[in-house]
Amino acid sequence: MAHPKRKISKSRRDKRRTHYKATAPAVGTCSNCNEMKLNHRACPSCGYYAGRSMFVPES
Amino acid sequence: MRHRVKGRKLSRTASHRRATLNALATALFTHKKIKTTVAKAKEARSFAEGLITKAKTDSVANRRYVARFINDKDVVKELFNEIVPAIGERPGGYTRVVKLGRRLGDAAEMALLELVDFAEGVEKTKKVVKEKTVEEKAEIVSEKTEVVTEDKIEDATIVEETTEAESEDKKDDK
Repeated sequence: MAHPKRKISKSRRDKRRTHYKATAPAVGTCSNCNEMKLNHRACPSCGYYAGRSMFVPES
Repeated sequence: MRHRVKGRKLSRTASHRRATLNALATALFTHKKIKTTVAKAKEARSFAEGLITKAKTDSVANRRYVARFINDKDVVKELFNEIVPAIGERPGGYTRVVKLGRRLGDAAEMALLELVDFAEGVEKTKKVVKEKTVEEKAEIVSEKTEVVTEDKIEDATIVEETTEAESEDKKDDK
């Protein structure tokens, strides 16, 4: 079986990893309570989605 | 490749999966809306919708077929006598999945699976919307055809001009 001839140096390894990036989640505002919420999900603070209540949040 | 691979195994054996789907469908028809994980909601959706379609034609055979999957005789009766009439002539799409965010503990994405015709706070506007779209479509089509014909005429004149110009250029070259 073929094998790597050289160990990948820290420099090469880290250069490769410069393209591994985390992306920020798509965040919008709730149309009911104007809190920040994730898109396509019911609002965690008021429980509304598509203009109606999906669940009643605790407290 | 995942060509032609349908559905989710839900980390269960075949019998366990069957039992889970039966339980989810029974719960959905009992309570009209259930909270579960997104993966289970989506699997239960297609499972339950098949049963509803079967229940649309009421016969002893269909009642027995549905009863194989519903763990409660009373729920089978409710499905045939109450849920199907409420659904009316809806051609599929009897259920809705709404994502609710991640739950504490294992951060699993949760969802609400509900029967569309039993959803609270939603007005039924389906028929009105259909009529409107048909009229709008007719208007849009007529507008489009007018615009297209005008464009063609303009294009044609331009093409003639350019060809004449080119021919003149060629003469000049000669």
